Amino acid sequence: MSVPEQAEPPPEEEPELTRWRGTATDPEADRSRAEDTSPEAVARLRRLSRTLLGGLLRPHRRRLAAAVALLLAQNAAAMAGPYLVMIGIDRAIPPLRAGDAGPLVAVAGAFAVASVTEYAARRGFLTLSARIGQAVLLDLRQRVFGHFLRLSVGFHERYTSGRMVSRLTSDLDSIAELVDGGIDNLVLAGLSILSVAAILLWLDLPLAAVTLFAFPFLFSLSRWFARSSASAYRRTRDAVALVIVHFVESMRGIRAVQAFRREPRNQRIFVALGDDYRRSSLHAFRLIATYSPAIKLIGNVTVAVVLCYGGWRVLGGQTEIGVLAAFLLYLRRFFEPMQELSQFYNSLQSATAALEKLAGVLDERPAVAEPTRPTPLPTGPGRGELIFRSVGFGYRADTPILRRLELTVPAGQTVALIGPTGAGKSTIAKLVARFHDPDTGAVRLDGVDLRDVRDADLRRAVVLVTQENHLFSGTVAENIRFGCPGADDAAVQAAARAIGAHDFIAALPEGYATQVHRRGGRLSAGQRQLVAFARAFLADPTVLILDEATSSLDVPTERLVQRALGTILRDRTALVIAHRLSTVETADRVLVLDGGRVVEDGPPAVLAEADGRYAALHRQWRESLV
Amino acid sequence: MPVESDGDPAARAAAGTHPVHNLWRLRPYLRPYAAEFVWLLVAGLAGTAAGIAVPLVVQRVVDGPVARHETAGLLQLGGLALLLGVVEAVLIFIRRWVQSSSAVGMEAALRADVYAHLQRLPTNFHDRWQSGQLLSRITSDLSVIRRFLSFGVFFLVLNLTTYVVVVVLLINLHPALGVLVAASAVPLLLISRRFGRHYHAASRRMQDQQGDVATLVEETAQGLRTMKAYGRGPELAARFAGAARRLHDTGVGKGRLLANTSALLDLVPNVTLGVVLAAGAAAAAQGALTIGELVAFVSLQLMLIWPVQSLGWIIANGQEAATAADRIQEVLDTPPEIVDSPGAVALPRDAVHGRLRFERVAFSYPGATTGVLREIDLTIEPGETLALVGATGSGKSTLLSLVPRLHDVTTGRITLDGHDLRELRLASLRRLVGVAFEEPTLFSMSVRENLTLGRPDAGDDEIRAALALAQADFAYDLPWGLATRVGEQGLSLSGGQRQRLALARAVLGRPAVLVLDDPLSALDVHTEALVEAALRRVLRDSTALLVVHRPSTIALADRVALLEDGRITATGRHSELLATVPAYRALLAAEPTVGHPPPAGASGPSSSPSDGWGLVRS
Repeated sequence: MSVPEQAEPPPEEEPELTRWRGTATDPEADRSRAEDTSPEAVARLRRLSRTLLGGLLRPHRRRLAAAVALLLAQNAAAMAGPYLVMIGIDRAIPPLRAGDAGPLVAVAGAFAVASVTEYAARRGFLTLSARIGQAVLLDLRQRVFGHFLRLSVGFHERYTSGRMVSRLTSDLDSIAELVDGGIDNLVLAGLSILSVAAILLWLDLPLAAVTLFAFPFLFSLSRWFARSSASAYRRTRDAVALVIVHFVESMRGIRAVQAFRREPRNQRIFVALGDDYRRSSLHAFRLIATYSPAIKLIGNVTVAVVLCYGGWRVLGGQTEIGVLAAFLLYLRRFFEPMQELSQFYNSLQSATAALEKLAGVLDERPAVAEPTRPTPLPTGPGRGELIFRSVGFGYRADTPILRRLELTVPAGQTVALIGPTGAGKSTIAKLVARFHDPDTGAVRLDGVDLRDVRDADLRRAVVLVTQENHLFSGTVAENIRFGCPGADDAAVQAAARAIGAHDFIAALPEGYATQVHRRGGRLSAGQRQLVAFARAFLADPTVLILDEATSSLDVPTERLVQRALGTILRDRTALVIAHRLSTVETADRVLVLDGGRVVEDGPPAVLAEADGRYAALHRQWRESLV
Repeated sequence: MPVESDGDPAARAAAGTHPVHNLWRLRPYLRPYAAEFVWLLVAGLAGTAAGIAVPLVVQRVVDGPVARHETAGLLQLGGLALLLGVVEAVLIFIRRWVQSSSAVGMEAALRADVYAHLQRLPTNFHDRWQSGQLLSRITSDLSVIRRFLSFGVFFLVLNLTTYVVVVVLLINLHPALGVLVAASAVPLLLISRRFGRHYHAASRRMQDQQGDVATLVEETAQGLRTMKAYGRGPELAARFAGAARRLHDTGVGKGRLLANTSALLDLVPNVTLGVVLAAGAAAAAQGALTIGELVAFVSLQLMLIWPVQSLGWIIANGQEAATAADRIQEVLDTPPEIVDSPGAVALPRDAVHGRLRFERVAFSYPGATTGVLREIDLTIEPGETLALVGATGSGKSTLLSLVPRLHDVTTGRITLDGHDLRELRLASLRRLVGVAFEEPTLFSMSVRENLTLGRPDAGDDEIRAALALAQADFAYDLPWGLATRVGEQGLSLSGGQRQRLALARAVLGRPAVLVLDDPLSALDVHTEALVEAALRRVLRDSTALLVVHRPSTIALADRVALLEDGRITATGRHSELLATVPAYRALLAAEPTVGHPPPAGASGPSSSPSDGWGLVRS
């Protein structure tokens, strides 16, 4: 669903299917940048996916060569069949009539050899191609997954998790389907068509010429099918992605769905999306429902013509009867695989469309890229000086959030950021965590532009804790250890103790070994925040950013966390975003932001006495306390 | 990650009945297409018959006009072959055209039903099942079933019929050789049976592993920011690589199994063909068989190759479909625990006073040894606002989730105006209860849709009022106003903005009972004050249950209940509890840095709901 420029989404166009989604602020919300409907973009994408395929197959060159050799052997053995039938009829029966069984025995022997060869070659080829196919799938899966991890937060916010899931499941499935049941048929069919054509020419030129007459029809029919089915399958990929996005989101938000009786409407939307997917698949299937019998028709007509013409030639003595028999058998082997080919052409087109989608994702350049020549961060004590030099930034080009922000945070200082929604507090946090890069200016840590710092170094130095607090499936201990994968159990427990999470963890059914996603392991929002804190504590960064990290805690726990923070933050730089002034009061320095600018700056006690916004907020806050 | 043990498919499959039992249970989805299926078979069989007839025509050509040098007969028979060929192609066209619509129609219907069932299943189920496992069921598994029910079953019937017909024709042509070809079915059957058994296990493993991969992907997508913040990409990639590698290994094993079988399935007809050729040639030499008959025999026999070759594919497909059906039935067989009881009534909004009463309510998560809530006795009078206070993890959110019946009480009961909640229609109850969760859940759709969720009929005025109350008028200033897509894909809203939208959603339509879980936690002091003032007006006409962490929000409540370790240990007015209950004081006293003493003795024994805040604010 591309987004028009005008302020309102298009009216009256199947409101059920379109309007509920609303209009995205980013016009490219639904696809990767490489995807577009313009012919150039389609051609580019096709090129990209071909390059990708080449790159995936290159490591398997030897095995591929072996597979091709086996395939040739299988094909040759299979092709021998009708030829041996011809020899049998024309050369073995007359001597047999004369009492000489020798030629027949020879033919039978050759037949046996051919059969066994075909068996062995087929088995070998299929095994090998399964190996290659699975290896390619594994490689592709890991590449795409790895690339998704590298892409910036900005990309993911636009692309959505549901669509990422769709790429890595449904799209890969359709490629796997081709690998599982198609490649051999596809290649074999192509191969046997070629070899049969050659044999036909060699057997009887005039008869073959009649057969060749079918070729232009076959060719143009296939071209038509290839073109129309490619775009049909592209559409099915988009349609299924929408089904998956809706499914994933509604399952994730099932509590809201049920509490607000969203089920009937969800069902209507899901059915509508499913119907769109159904229609696009149906269109693709109908294309093949036309293509496949059309091939059959051409084949059958050719057989009838060959039969008449061949029979006439046998009558005239220009062709032997065995040749005609073999010719007809070969024709069957010619059109039969075309039939099969059309079956698997289906999977091929579907897989090609999927591969294009994946190529589009892989083509996406991370907006926040790893430096080509990284600068190491200086080490030693007293580190963590943050400098914003003339930083400008906006999520969208036309609405800047920060304009030429100048800010210096000396090492070890705890700075509280306050201000109304949209003032740029979280943006500053995200820039320090390098979720985004500034549009202009630079953010420097200990004098190094963050753009020049290797990701691994940056993450060791800077940790951002948000209110999101995602817990991964696994145990509580594993989730804390996420902050520092090398830490032992004692360190994990020490971290939990330090921020006051130990008691509740110990009281869980299986303590630290409790699976967070299993029943009984469901943690409350506050508990999740505590685990996230323990995780950050264990990570032991030079710069700690807390973005609303304590909002769900009760007062005593928050107090506990604050006390812990007192120790934790003593020798590190900290940016704290909090709505509760109790948190702010413990900071060394308060920055009041408004419209992306620092409007007040100073120690909390001093600002509280002054006659500014902080003082006003402070008064209001004190009044709100009982 | 693997699903819970009781949802564990392998265990079930092991204990399960016949392998195709669950597949068989899906037959109602084929029923609407029964007529089509008959057409399919007729067209398929007729098409095949036309195809089979062609070699017989060839035989006539070779034995008739060619042998007797008659040009006229040649043209006639050629014309017949042409006609048969055209008829076959047309029949194939009809078959495929019909087939495609029934296939995708069936898939869509089944998907919609699974989705509907998943929406009915309680949060319990969803806490337990990873959404990746659910996703792989409605995508991969469904398309496997679609392929089987449309193509697999059809080709199984068609190919078996073709096989039988051709063998009968062969026996007719030459009894001895025909019987030989028929006998070749025995090794084919043995091979297929052995294959089927092994493949069943492999495909189940594969499908479960696909679900695991989907789960990992889903989880990573969700926790992406956390992953980025800690730079744990390599660890997650390694974890994914492990799952992908397991999938790879299963795939290779499956491939090997398929390779062996399909090569064998190829060998058997080839060997038979060789024997037929030799014996046929001998017979022809003795004059027991004409050359034309031999050619027809061999051509016909070649027609068997595809049905036999495809046998491996069909069996594989059938096994996959059977396991996919198992996986889908696992979900469909899970009964929704929270449903309308027979005779459940609907309460109209106007008839509701809003007296909410917890009577000896206990709750524990299924399978958990310790209860979350115990002996909760609590009455909230119509129009009253009760704040629930308790330490992190004391069960506050669980208690709230009982009101809209996201969970059902384990023992005891909750009544609304004297009606047990379980005797109310679920839809009616949830219309009466407005909820805001601790985490505001927004979907990637328009603001309006996010607000109205289950009430697409909500008017502009209602929406405006709800947004105004929650101080969420910013929604009108978004680039496309209320039509702007928010949630994951749209604007990244701040925590406070999300919370305000969630609050607007809860109060939309003036529910009789409001259940708000820490509804103002992410708001700054200034906004909080504005929202509070507006909320107060709404709370006057609704019964409300709030979870509160901050002293400032307590001001909204008429009465407070202290929840400690799953039990209500004290109820009363804020000032009373502050004065008399140390545990409460510890939880909610103003921070020590500010700490002024609570206004002792400010409360009288009887307090009407309306004078509650005045006292608290004093």
